[in-house]
Amino acid sequence: MTATASTDQLLDHLADRAKFVRLETVRLARIAGAGHYTGTFSCAELFAVLYYHVLRIRPSEPRWPDRDRFVLSKGHAAIGWYPLLADLGYFDPALLDQFTRLGSPFGDHPDMRKVPGADFSSGSLGHGLSISVGMALVGRVQGRDYRTFCMLGDGELAEGQVWEAAMAASHHRLGNLVAIVDRNQLCIDGRTEDVMAVEPIDQRFAAFGWDTHRVDGHDLQALLDVFDALPASSGQRPQLIVADTVKGRGVRMMELSLAWHVGSLMGVDYDAVIAELEQGLRPLATEDPS
Amino acid sequence: MSTASESIGQDQSEIFRGTAEGETRLRDERSSDRITAAAIPAFVFGEELADLADDDERIVVVTADLAKANRAVDFAARHPGRFFNLGIAEKNMITVAAGMASCGHVVYAATFASFCALLGAEQIRTDCAYPRMPVRVVGHHSGMSMGFYGTSHHSLEDIGMMRTIADLTVVCVSDANHLRGVLRASVDHPGAMYIRLGRGRDPEVYTSVPDITFGRAIRLREGSDIAIIATGSEVHPSLQAADLLAAQGISARVIDMHTIKPLDVDEVLAAAAECGAVLTVEEANRTGGLGSAVAEVFADHRVSVAFTRHGVPDEHVLIGPPAALYDHYRLDAPGIAAVAVDALQGAQR
Repeated sequence: MTATASTDQLLDHLADRAKFVRLETVRLARIAGAGHYTGTFSCAELFAVLYYHVLRIRPSEPRWPDRDRFVLSKGHAAIGWYPLLADLGYFDPALLDQFTRLGSPFGDHPDMRKVPGADFSSGSLGHGLSISVGMALVGRVQGRDYRTFCMLGDGELAEGQVWEAAMAASHHRLGNLVAIVDRNQLCIDGRTEDVMAVEPIDQRFAAFGWDTHRVDGHDLQALLDVFDALPASSGQRPQLIVADTVKGRGVRMMELSLAWHVGSLMGVDYDAVIAELEQGLRPLATEDPS
Repeated sequence: MSTASESIGQDQSEIFRGTAEGETRLRDERSSDRITAAAIPAFVFGEELADLADDDERIVVVTADLAKANRAVDFAARHPGRFFNLGIAEKNMITVAAGMASCGHVVYAATFASFCALLGAEQIRTDCAYPRMPVRVVGHHSGMSMGFYGTSHHSLEDIGMMRTIADLTVVCVSDANHLRGVLRASVDHPGAMYIRLGRGRDPEVYTSVPDITFGRAIRLREGSDIAIIATGSEVHPSLQAADLLAAQGISARVIDMHTIKPLDVDEVLAAAAECGAVLTVEEANRTGGLGSAVAEVFADHRVSVAFTRHGVPDEHVLIGPPAALYDHYRLDAPGIAAVAVDALQGAQR
């Protein structure tokens, strides 16, 4: 097999897994009666690239000490993350049929004590990067070469603790730490730049001593390129990847819509969205936020 | 400067930096009673953890720019690879500690009580207790022991706040030997802990290091007229108060209720059954603290007993040196004895 054919196969597989994330999100939200659609759709390609290409993990050994850590700081995207963990073999996918029902291991925000493969609990925004700093610091203490990846939302950057952690990461030279910002443009009440401006994200992190990278977060090839080019975990500077994404990407009526941060698809809408997602990503709609 | 601090009976440098070089006694004689530096809880914190860490690679210490105040520097000197100063960023410190703990470490995160228990309350709940991480949040200079530094530096709400958090063990330390015992017992204790220290100049209660079992109180003195259930910095003055009461013919039992959560329910019920009255004493807001926890036991078990909660009233306390505040709020030995006498008189009415 040529390298090119192999890359094409990988890209096809990643696109398929990103589609799977979106379809499962819609399915699970129907079980719950509500779900975080748009903030999960925006990071579907990121999830796929991380879990099927980047992360050094052993699903059969969830607590393997040398595994790469992944902290989902934007815990509200767990609805699209659990299905990947099940798909990789961390637990029986049938368990997801009880998503959010009384006594289920799977809540809208993840609980590490209940979800195999979840390296930490999340849900309270602003905490994940600090968790990741702790994981990265003791990776050095223990002489392990794992990396810690942390996925943050863009609205989350308004939390002050993020910047406490950003400062600590560069001060302690955590080249084994990679933060990913899902820059999907919207928080709950509007565009981030209207509610609380977060740009220029890369320049802000650079000023805090981070190496920064900016990429189209829905372009699988571009994502592979940026993750594959990350320096070794023995480096001295933490790495930031700003992934420019579209909140709600994949479902036209949800793209950059404020109406679907949390929502509930019913009846014909549900069927139409499933049909749309089955086709894979289509060109972006250009409507303004509703 | 030194003249000014002496005029108010307290040397600020020693609150923050321990004793001056070569000096082994503190100058605040009114509240320290000329105790030696070795008998000062916060000051044995780093040394004891360094001893424990000699044989246990899991132990890590973090602080927020107060390594000298809490003597984490003593740990750092012996285990520099396992000490991290995270700067004046307490929320980050607590959450970083939780991340470390998730990778197999037992992490001691120490700073002023007001800046961990109050400022970092949600981090303690969400990142330490909820995932049951072995993080020991160590809040020192608790209560109103920061005296004239004011309400920003006081921590009178922490007992009430921390004990409402599920899966969090809450312990108050009364002296240096007690701190050593608590730290030794804490290493293998499951889940997260909040360990509350005084300001590092609490007089000696224990002449040797006690064996600590969390959730089991220590009865320090037998008595039957009244049971004084005290915690942390109020254990020593409660013992002194028992002496004052004995001189008046009153027999006072004194209990060190070091673990606020889980509370030693049996010891509380025994106090009610065997003594004529029960008095709780704490350097904390009366609302929600040890006294409230004991009241809950009485309510849950339908116990009727003459019961008095003594602590700091529900107000932001006055400015003043600690000793003056303890006097004002009747939290020194004469004050506690007077409250006990009032309680007994009330019980007889």
